[in-house]
Amino acid sequence: MSQEIVLEVKDLSVDINVPAGTLHAVSNLSLHVKKGETLCIVGESGCGKSIASLAIMNLLPRRASLTAKTLALEGRDLLSLSEAEFSNLRGDRIGMIFQDPMTSLNPVFRIGNQLEEVYMEHGKGNRKEARERAEYLLEKVGIVAPKERLSQYPHQLSGGLRQRMMIAMTLMCDPALIIADEPTTALDVTMQAQTLNLLRSLQKEFNTGLILITHDLGVVARMADRVMVMYAGYAVEIGTAVEVFDNPNHPYTRGLIDCIPVPGRRKPGSKLGSIRGIVPALVGDIKGCTFRNRCDFSITQCADEIVALKELGKGRAFRCILTPEERKTTLQNPGITQ
Amino acid sequence: MNQLNSQSNNGNIPALECRNVSQTFMIKSGIFAEKQPLKAVEGVNLSVNRGEVIAIVGESGCGKTTLAKMLLGLLPPTTGEILLDGIPINSVSILDIARKVQPVFQDPYSSLNPRKTIKSIISLPLKVHNIGTEIEQKNRVEEYMRLVGLPNRLIHSYPNQLSGGQRQRVAIARALIMEPKIIVCDEPTSALDVSVQAHILNLLQDLRKKLNLTYAFISHDLAVVEHLADWVAVMYLGRLIEFGKATDVFRDPKHPYTQALLESVLTPDASLGLPEITLGRGLPNPLSPPSGCYFHPRCPKSSTECSEKSPLLKKEKNYSIECHLYN
Repeated sequence: MSQEIVLEVKDLSVDINVPAGTLHAVSNLSLHVKKGETLCIVGESGCGKSIASLAIMNLLPRRASLTAKTLALEGRDLLSLSEAEFSNLRGDRIGMIFQDPMTSLNPVFRIGNQLEEVYMEHGKGNRKEARERAEYLLEKVGIVAPKERLSQYPHQLSGGLRQRMMIAMTLMCDPALIIADEPTTALDVTMQAQTLNLLRSLQKEFNTGLILITHDLGVVARMADRVMVMYAGYAVEIGTAVEVFDNPNHPYTRGLIDCIPVPGRRKPGSKLGSIRGIVPALVGDIKGCTFRNRCDFSITQCADEIVALKELGKGRAFRCILTPEERKTTLQNPGITQ
Repeated sequence: MNQLNSQSNNGNIPALECRNVSQTFMIKSGIFAEKQPLKAVEGVNLSVNRGEVIAIVGESGCGKTTLAKMLLGLLPPTTGEILLDGIPINSVSILDIARKVQPVFQDPYSSLNPRKTIKSIISLPLKVHNIGTEIEQKNRVEEYMRLVGLPNRLIHSYPNQLSGGQRQRVAIARALIMEPKIIVCDEPTSALDVSVQAHILNLLQDLRKKLNLTYAFISHDLAVVEHLADWVAVMYLGRLIEFGKATDVFRDPKHPYTQALLESVLTPDASLGLPEITLGRGLPNPLSPPSGCYFHPRCPKSSTECSEKSPLLKKEKNYSIECHLYN
């Protein structure tokens, strides 16, 4: 696997103007994706994971404003691109897969037309070549009788097939990076595993970088090379999947993992772990750690400063004043800052 | 109502029983096409005792929600009988059914009326059944809000001012206020975040112990099911293909479909890769189900027998399965 960096983001912040003030949707986010690598961004709704991906693709709503030190795809600076240049980039170098394939496919055009359009729009070749590429990719995504499928409309396909079509469509121009936002949330469990398998094998085969955005820790654990946990607009923990799941450094990550029922791990009938409280409002000035009101280990200093990301080397980092060892020795004093 | 209550304390009668329940819809597949029968639920037999949780699992389109509607008395079964405490559901009025069975739906964003306050949403069943004065109703609403963990200050709020977890608590309070015996939960946590899901699942478990409730829990998430259920009913294309104690089914699933479903569960264990599922494409068209065993086109263990003959139901005590492998 080549170690070439496909996407580099440094200090990305997204602010959205809302009637009540400024909403800090994403704060100082830095990330990179290498060729053939899967980065999973995980977090609960409202943590900024989708906004971050929209920012990378320059698809933010008008009210939102973006600041970043670096935003580069394959070494090319994206911050200086015009809207037209960006439009050329999307679908060509960056592919996107969204949650609900029915809303991302046009219901009045045949599947074939939609796949070919991507190819021809980006000047990759004529209709005949586009059709050949579409048939080739449909076979790749495991669709039997691709010729017939290409002449069908989206409503004639099942949810799982539609999502395969979306995967084929994103691969039409052989992108450097695929951003998949909750690609399997709308699918059944059985289809989920198959679709993820497919996405993973194709991504490795085409040596594409993949950013997978999801709230499902099960998907993250099985798919990710590296994981980034987001909370209230901040990256709170980064590391390889094995490290983050086996040895979480941030109390939020620990809490999230404990929330999931795992077959065979707990006695049925016993209680699940849970995180108390709710996600804070992100409007106005943010002071201190955004997680402190829900954290069992919070101390007075948590309210004072915005916690910096602590680098542990080898791409491992977390955002907490205390180290896991220090938290163990700290007296549990829930609610000190409430 | 009296008739219903008179037998409810008898321990031998299951709280909920389905006897050979089927539901057939007549569907038109085109403007000029003849109506065709679609068997949404076919010959389902199950029974649950008071205070137990039965989980109904399967892929979308397997008939689990249709079954839930029938349990709630919203849809009379085409054939077969549903019994609540031994009383056939079709012999009592819908209001009496509502006193015994209440639903909690998937999406707390669409199941609550956005124009009503929390108080009037939770107290609506009391108003419909003409129970108590205005003040008594308010007291009861406050009592149930406490029970489900909603702060009292929200009583005059509207649903859009509440978080998803709080809304689902409102839905649970509304379901409980009539003191029903059975709660039908249709994917109660699939629209919620993981941390909120844990809160709601813990709440459901507490309430079950406190109020001795019976749950019919419909879900596609087997991890959630394993956590909560005493019994598991696996449905495929309208048929109940495996039914048994949750511990048995999860430890040793017999039906190839149940095995595949269990393998598909993605546990947060980073050392494991993605499971290789050989189930192929999705559900077949329910308007023209496959011959023989409905599952044979997707089954990794199918033989010629499977495509020719329907499997017989093999019934043991506390367990049943429909598969040629075990006939």
